[in-house]
Amino acid sequence: MTVTIRRREKPPWTVLSVGGDLDVVGAPDLRQAVVAAVADGSRRLALDLSELDFVDSFGIGAVVGALKRLRQRGGDLALVCPSPRIRRVFEICDLDRILALHDSIDSLLEPSPVGSAGATSGRGRP
Amino acid sequence: MSGTVEIEIPARADYVSLVRLVVAAAAEMAPSLEPSRVDDLRVAVSEATTNAIQAHIRSGSTRPVRVCCHCSNGSVVVTVRDEGPGFDVDALPEMPPPESEARLGRESGMGISIMRALADNSSIDSSPEGTEVRLAFLH
Repeated sequence: MTVTIRRREKPPWTVLSVGGDLDVVGAPDLRQAVVAAVADGSRRLALDLSELDFVDSFGIGAVVGALKRLRQRGGDLALVCPSPRIRRVFEICDLDRILALHDSIDSLLEPSPVGSAGATSGRGRP
Repeated sequence: MSGTVEIEIPARADYVSLVRLVVAAAAEMAPSLEPSRVDDLRVAVSEATTNAIQAHIRSGSTRPVRVCCHCSNGSVVVTVRDEGPGFDVDALPEMPPPESEARLGRESGMGISIMRALADNSSIDSSPEGTEVRLAFLH
């Protein structure tokens, strides 16, 4: 199965819904989608991985690249990642320590309590 | 019940998903391997197979990559063999801490760490003649 990427606006976030397999074949598609969104002015980007079936280090690398690209421009990246098996791969790479991991789009869009990093799970952001 | 599935694939990235499919199907036939462990197996095998394919591509080898999956009552053991130029297993660079700026500059090099974290036992035997990765998942 190849990767599918769908873009939509959920102000203040641009959401890329990523489905299928985010591996050595699919990761370049995500990189391209992120580059296009940032070029179009998006600075708060959310990757919705709810429909993602598989991720390995190549997909993780594409996410790290997206985070770097956004932070270099003063932006931010969040993940919507309800699946424990997908989340597990991010946790092995310790990326839950620097990325906000949300269980749903709704929790991403909820206003964060004062002093909160806004993530519903994970180990928060620096 | 025990059995072995062996496959040879061309060194092309689009074959990685086929290897995941075959190995996961074989593992699911093994008794007592939890579905979450099959998920771990898919990720680890994906890493090993992609590395093997890339080793062949870098060296210009037209030889196939070989994947063997042995399922028994006690374990699922997958071996991935390539004929690439090999690498120094003890000289792999450490990943910077996630909070450091340097970490965002490292978009690759996580595969072996992931394999080791997911498998119950793993080994990498690499020489100039090729590399063999062995991944064991215990029931």
